[in-house]
Amino acid sequence: MDLSNRPLAEIASEHGLSDQEFDLVITLLGREPNLTELGIFSVMWSEHCSYKSSKRWLKTLPTEAPWVICGPGENAGIVDIGDGQAAVFKMESHNHPSFIEPYQGAATGVGGILRDVFTMGARPVANMNALRFGAADHPRTRHLLAGVVAGIGGYGNCIGVPTVGGETNFHPAYNGNILVNAMTVGIADTDKIFYSAASGLGYPVVYVGSKTGRDGIHGATMASAEFDDDSEEKRPTVQVGDPFTEKLLLEACLELMATDAIVGIQDMGAAGLTCSTVEMADKGGVGVELNLDQVPTRETGMSAYEVMLSESQERMLMVLHPGKEALAQSIFEKWELDFAIVGQLTETERLVLKMDGATVADIPIRPLVDAAPDYDRPYNQVAAPAAMAPDDSAPPNDIADALATLMATPDQADKSWIWTQYDYSVMADTIQPPGGDAAVVRVHGTGKALAISTDCTPRYCLADPHQGAAQAVAECWRNLTAVGARPLAITDCLNFGNPERPEIMGQIVGSIQGMGEACRALDFPVVSGNVSLYNETNGKAILPTPAIGGVGLLADAAKMVKIGLAEAGYAVLLIGVTTGHLGQSLYLREVLGREDGPPPPVDLEIERRNGDFVRGLAESGRLQACHDLSDGGLIVGLAEMSLAGGVGVEIQAAPDDLPLHAWLFAEDQARYLVAVRVDAASDIMAEAATADVAATQIATTGGEDLTLRGAFTISLERLRQAHECWLPDLMAAPREETKATQ
Amino acid sequence: MRASIIVFPGSNCDRDAQVAIESVTGGTPTMVWHRDSNLPDTDLIVLPGGFAHGDYLRCGAIAAHSPIMKDVVRRAEAGTPVLAICNGFQVAIEAGLLPGALVRNANLKFICKPVHLRVENTHTPFTHMYDEDEVILLPIANHDGNYMADADTLAELTDQGRIVLRYCDSAGAVTEAANPNGSAMNIAGIANAERTILGMMPHPERFVDEALGGDYGRSVFGSLMGALA
Repeated sequence: MDLSNRPLAEIASEHGLSDQEFDLVITLLGREPNLTELGIFSVMWSEHCSYKSSKRWLKTLPTEAPWVICGPGENAGIVDIGDGQAAVFKMESHNHPSFIEPYQGAATGVGGILRDVFTMGARPVANMNALRFGAADHPRTRHLLAGVVAGIGGYGNCIGVPTVGGETNFHPAYNGNILVNAMTVGIADTDKIFYSAASGLGYPVVYVGSKTGRDGIHGATMASAEFDDDSEEKRPTVQVGDPFTEKLLLEACLELMATDAIVGIQDMGAAGLTCSTVEMADKGGVGVELNLDQVPTRETGMSAYEVMLSESQERMLMVLHPGKEALAQSIFEKWELDFAIVGQLTETERLVLKMDGATVADIPIRPLVDAAPDYDRPYNQVAAPAAMAPDDSAPPNDIADALATLMATPDQADKSWIWTQYDYSVMADTIQPPGGDAAVVRVHGTGKALAISTDCTPRYCLADPHQGAAQAVAECWRNLTAVGARPLAITDCLNFGNPERPEIMGQIVGSIQGMGEACRALDFPVVSGNVSLYNETNGKAILPTPAIGGVGLLADAAKMVKIGLAEAGYAVLLIGVTTGHLGQSLYLREVLGREDGPPPPVDLEIERRNGDFVRGLAESGRLQACHDLSDGGLIVGLAEMSLAGGVGVEIQAAPDDLPLHAWLFAEDQARYLVAVRVDAASDIMAEAATADVAATQIATTGGEDLTLRGAFTISLERLRQAHECWLPDLMAAPREETKATQ
Repeated sequence: MRASIIVFPGSNCDRDAQVAIESVTGGTPTMVWHRDSNLPDTDLIVLPGGFAHGDYLRCGAIAAHSPIMKDVVRRAEAGTPVLAICNGFQVAIEAGLLPGALVRNANLKFICKPVHLRVENTHTPFTHMYDEDEVILLPIANHDGNYMADADTLAELTDQGRIVLRYCDSAGAVTEAANPNGSAMNIAGIANAERTILGMMPHPERFVDEALGGDYGRSVFGSLMGALA
């Protein structure tokens, strides 16, 4: 960018500031900003950092519960897990960089979210992700999928934090904008939690970690704009990750945190040194003066503008208690990391930057943060689609064929090609690896465990954002429940298109309202999260994708329940009511080629009642297996349980008041399948009736087929082939094959 | 049994090894920083898994030159047993304690999964609690676990019974299909001529508890405790 001799307003516009925003900058400063100041305003007021299109709606989300220690606004959310311990977690998007440069984009997404968690004093114990790619046969999909998976693995494997699960969808709406949402969960002692507020006049401001280079400048601005045909040119805005340095930074920070040296600490993520400095000072109500000559740099001749806007990775900013500098320095030098005192706190409440003896920026901090735009963007409420009766959809020619089709469909097929590239067992506490309803890791050295799940069904959200987002929260809650955990709280990654379009804003508003309703009804508050907008290319938006990452607690890890049918002779009970809802179902899309109808309605009262009942069964040790029902309905759920345990199942009776295919493939919510001892089934059904929970015995385990007498039989072998071959075959296919379908 | 676990910058299975040894033997290993020059009195040296020095240059190459490695090599040559797991195996090779090389997996990808292994030699301090030709299950998690050596070395390893673990199927057949990464002769673990150093790609420390998917790894540490008591 040639920045000399050009009108400042034009440069402001190139930085993503609107005319009104630029005028506001001049009013706040009482003068025209210089280039460094302009850069600082532009990143702080970018959509990515300021949430200017979403914050008035985010404020409506429930964020409190007796077990919430820290809600949104810090680096990550924190919930109490008993015994003086806390779970610290957050999910964040790295969508735009991952589309431009999949390996580094995904890798630095993982690195960034790890830092958000350990900057609060927690040791990261699990990584998760939620990925969305374009159509499987789109010419870029395989390249992007391979790169993203390698990047996530490359970073997480090296730092030694297990990647324990996630979800992956494919849909043409993501052809030009993939989604890479990464989540980290850490564990801290409740009396050793670190926050970002700076305080103490004259206290030293310390920079640690990697050196600052020219990489990632304008990353936050890039993430706040749509793509067009020239997006490839944005590659230099993508940061480059170094997981080895991050591992050193993690260990050094945790070592320093064991002392009493730190006043406040914040990682340098989006908008780098600018955002961390401003946020720390703002939260503490202090000013800060930085001497940029002291910032460790990778190359000489970096300008103040470049130093402040660089998004070089693996860096932290902290305020230390005076006199602790030498102690901190010795720890960082042991780990061979840079350590520099770059400034001190002042009483001016201004951000003052010096370089070569001159003042290169002088900005009042409060207005920089508080005057950030807060837009009430116009929105069109998305109209709920017309209802669809169970017999509005044709039955398949052959149920076994339809089931085999669903098991091999991109969204449903086995994803072990992906997760075997992730080290999911390092730290030796993963008791439910990828492949269960929720991942489960033990809380090291205790009998407790954390359950983690990421969920969203974007096709539901497109049809009805309110119901779809409520469903995402409910499914996450259900997945945690299905392993026997008590759901505690969620983090979210709200991925949408351009909020300046009223129809997209309608998706955002509807989704946040639906999430809020579900979170309130399920006592499942939002403790952290992130918003990613402008996921559009040439005016085409992604499906609305409010990804939910939930964390639950198993008080006794030994009570965890898995999905696999492990033995013959067990009864399978269906918990919950099946109305035959096929609108927006996987069956409709993949077998009939239709994407229509309303998504399944979510009844949060029933959801909670059914879930509490199932969790009670798990806690009493009576479940051999349990699986929540979602995509593909009852029959896909049964097939997954059979494949996971290697034991077949015979369905005894289908109801006569529904078309068979509607009963089998319906995606009605609040349902679970549980396997119990045959002699316990009647007691459990009686208890269910008392609790006003629908429970019916539908099947018995055994054999090597999935069968319903008189209707269909399909062998586990055929199911396994269908389920497990799709993704490896896709990734191994010669290049020409996918090109031909361009 | 007094064990010392070497901690390199980038080691990430050091704690797992510590926990496993504690759980099996009851003793607490000493964690030794790579920049120390001398090991404490020790009955066992563990080179743990991870990404020492980020695996930069070549897996294990920089770690092999860490200050502590001089004493590790000296003690190993004097007969102190060394258990080198995954990245530790790579370090041991780079330090000249074991022959051959570990190169990129044949599919060029990181592979994390439990694999079947056949215990080919139970006459070592690391494996005497296993049955001869016992089929066990342990997880692998690596990007560079593809063992290679020249024909003479492979012949020597075979003739001297120094191939300790080989990848196999669930029935114990050593087949190409059961080879996860292209390793020569399905080699998953080898010993030095004296059988005092074992390098292995699979992670015994991750399988010491049924809740983690299996406990076949316990016998490695149990064998050592028995042999070194």
